[in-house]
Amino acid sequence: MKVTRRQFVKGGMAAFTVTFAAPEFISDLARAQGAHTRNLVVLYFGGGNDSLSMLVPYNDPFYTNRRPTLAVPAGQVLQIGTDSSKVALGLHPRLTGLKQIFDQGRLAFVQRTGYPNQSRSHFYGVDIWSTADPNNSAGLGWVGRYLDSLPSPVDPLIGWNTTGSLPHVLQASHTPVPAIASPQGYSFNSPNAGAEATFERNTALRIASHVPVNRPELAFVYGSSLAALGTLDRVATVAAYAPTLTYPTTGLGQAMRAVAGAMNKGIGTRVFYVTTGGFDTHAAQNVNATNGAYYNLMATLNDALLAFYNDLKNQGLLEDTLVLSFSEFGRRISENGSQGTDHGSASAMLVMGGRVTGGIYGTAPNLNMDPNNPTLENNAGDVRLETDFRSVYAQVIDGWLGTDSVKLLGGNFRKSTLAFI
Amino acid sequence: MAKTSDRQIEHLLRRAGFGARSDELELFREMTITQAVDVLVNYDSLVDDVDALIGRPGYAGMTINGTFSPQSNINHARQRWLFRMVHTNRPLQEKMTLFWHNHFATGYNKIAGTFGAPEGARYMAAKSSEDPGQVRGQVEMLRTNALGNFRDILLNIAKDTAMLVWLDGRTNTKAKPQENFGREIMELFSVGVGNYTEEDVYAAARVFSGWNLQRPGTLAEQHYEFSYVSSQHETSAKTFSFAVYPDGGRTIPARSAADGQQDGIDFINGLAAHPNTARYLAAKLYRFFVSEFGAVNVTFVNRIANVYLQSRYDMKAVMREVLLSPEFWDESAYYARYAWPVEFVVRALKDVGWSGFSVNDALTPLSNMGQILYEPPDVSGWDAGQNWFATGAMLARMNFASTLAGNQKFKLATAVKDAGVGKTPEAMLAYFGDQLLTAPQESTVTTELNNYLHSNGAWTGADAQLQAKASGLVHLIVGSPEYQLV
Repeated sequence: MKVTRRQFVKGGMAAFTVTFAAPEFISDLARAQGAHTRNLVVLYFGGGNDSLSMLVPYNDPFYTNRRPTLAVPAGQVLQIGTDSSKVALGLHPRLTGLKQIFDQGRLAFVQRTGYPNQSRSHFYGVDIWSTADPNNSAGLGWVGRYLDSLPSPVDPLIGWNTTGSLPHVLQASHTPVPAIASPQGYSFNSPNAGAEATFERNTALRIASHVPVNRPELAFVYGSSLAALGTLDRVATVAAYAPTLTYPTTGLGQAMRAVAGAMNKGIGTRVFYVTTGGFDTHAAQNVNATNGAYYNLMATLNDALLAFYNDLKNQGLLEDTLVLSFSEFGRRISENGSQGTDHGSASAMLVMGGRVTGGIYGTAPNLNMDPNNPTLENNAGDVRLETDFRSVYAQVIDGWLGTDSVKLLGGNFRKSTLAFI
Repeated sequence: MAKTSDRQIEHLLRRAGFGARSDELELFREMTITQAVDVLVNYDSLVDDVDALIGRPGYAGMTINGTFSPQSNINHARQRWLFRMVHTNRPLQEKMTLFWHNHFATGYNKIAGTFGAPEGARYMAAKSSEDPGQVRGQVEMLRTNALGNFRDILLNIAKDTAMLVWLDGRTNTKAKPQENFGREIMELFSVGVGNYTEEDVYAAARVFSGWNLQRPGTLAEQHYEFSYVSSQHETSAKTFSFAVYPDGGRTIPARSAADGQQDGIDFINGLAAHPNTARYLAAKLYRFFVSEFGAVNVTFVNRIANVYLQSRYDMKAVMREVLLSPEFWDESAYYARYAWPVEFVVRALKDVGWSGFSVNDALTPLSNMGQILYEPPDVSGWDAGQNWFATGAMLARMNFASTLAGNQKFKLATAVKDAGVGKTPEAMLAYFGDQLLTAPQESTVTTELNNYLHSNGAWTGADAQLQAKASGLVHLIVGSPEYQLV
């Protein structure tokens, strides 16, 4: 399945542009005068986030009954009020930073997002959330399609993927997105020094600037080489970024630091992809103990997002950015025999940013085990979707990226109650 | 006797191994294709003595602090595997082990996080002869069975200590059946996604309830191993959407707890015999050994699936058929795969030279290229093909080429002089073109490489110039797009 979904590229990769668009630098002056760019940070929770432990319906008696070891005690959640169905909700106790952001009105949760007959497979699930197409999960990523829709020539740094390999969500037909795990390590080495090294680098760039004809598979590698060599200097400026505060040393913390650096340096990037993994908590999920598995996941998330939020705020860049999370599925409501949770269905998404209208969107599931409970499915085992995830995407596409969601998603998923942006 | 051309041998060894050392070329160029394939698949007739070469002069080096302990130190295990890939005389064994490691993708970190780092390395990489309790780690099990019977591999994997941790089978109990392994054994290890239902997942979880781990004590020779805990087995009947038994039966009957282990064996037998398993494996073998370009060849899949079923899952028979198949030898299959990072690194070592190079210095570059041995990103294995070529990963390949060329700088210059090709840039370019075979180069590559050799002053052929230009040229060729195809 993994291989076949890549067949879409066959024959389609020969059209790399070899000239670079001038990066859209936004000068400090222009910024002071109110010019803003709009950056999207797509945040993937790898493994299937148990969002019931992140956004907790702590007063639902079935929550406690069905999770004898995993339930967060009501007294420990960070209360954030009730949703429109009057269900009291609280954040996981480790999310103190997100609570601050929520209180500042810049964090939104959308509850019970998913799609009909949600897949419980990690890989199929990621494909569907990435393509935004449950019927053809082998297509291009929705962010990739957005990048493809931009007028050419597109800057080779228009996107920045902070992971090692291209995620499906960024797969595009003609817009390669560089993977830059660390701006510090993004340099061209040489076995020689001085002029000889410069000759090598120039030769490598000239080789890569050529476009092989009728060899699309080889052309793909050429495009990747060119994108690497053509972006080295601008990425080097990000490596020199001095943030206004210290970021956590976690992978997510460092990725968010690079995103803030790219924004600060104005290198022209508009879409970032960051990820934090470990959410496939089948066993020893340990929501409550300090340094428990899920507790640590929340710590990583909280500390990285809070640092990012405050760093941008300190620099007046907060209004330029929107963070949108997704995960392939939520998890089973009842805990399993391993003090963990198995693959489930709908879950909550998170949206954060300087122009976000924060709050709780959608309604919490009622966790009553009655098989006819309309907020649940799978014999009341899993959370039933209330909001199609594409409606959340549509709001971001229309309201933030400024492009037509109907066209990009191949259908009208707009939902007026989701006015978080 | 018909001899095989070097071009064909190199194709065969790039796929069935990790490229060709000069001694391998010497050996195989005397054989016909059929003989060469038979030597590769019948590697059992060659002594498995590659580990005895570790530390000897003339071979790739390692960087070991303290005692070499691959059975308890994952860094040592990683170095050992790279060393084996470079120096083995059984290349197909290492290649198939890598195939299975990707197929049954299990990550060291979770095992180490559960039982501690030394135990993590032990259950992933220990060789039974070096472990105090004769533990055979998962990848060693796969190596032993690299061309074994698929049903046996599947059964071994279901009882493998690392797998029982990785997919949580150790906590699969009667009261709370654990779905993780039950799902993945169907989705990723056998029939493939779309060929089972959610109800099958629940049933498979119950089948494997009680397939847990036990450690009798904490002495060094004692260790976690598979244990069927009958009291934790769920004994009722399990019905699947597909045939589990040869007679078409879909229901594993209710059994007493004492006999319940047979459920899992029946189920694994059923999965091994499933026609979709045959097709799933055949398609995966096509992508790994034959071609990643274009669609999977249906004729190939049908034929290989048939060999798999006819031979009752004998991977040696299957691989012999794969390597002799017309699709494998078709002109379109040459250089029709994207080299995995370890394929790229090991082939570069074989092409450029290893003497004085520590394989430890390839581990961080490999990580930057997206591949850490014993640490696939998740249970579906590595995202191969074009996904290896994110820009940062491509840069890491170019930079590894630089590191290796720099490390071999003096030897390269000496080789150029010994071959008498240092007198002109053109002679040197032709020499390295022959040493470092790539997919057909775009004409601009030759032009630019030639320009590079002519840059920075007139050609003198002096030692300093040969060292600079030979290493620079090797850097550029090994880092070129054409060299990334195998």
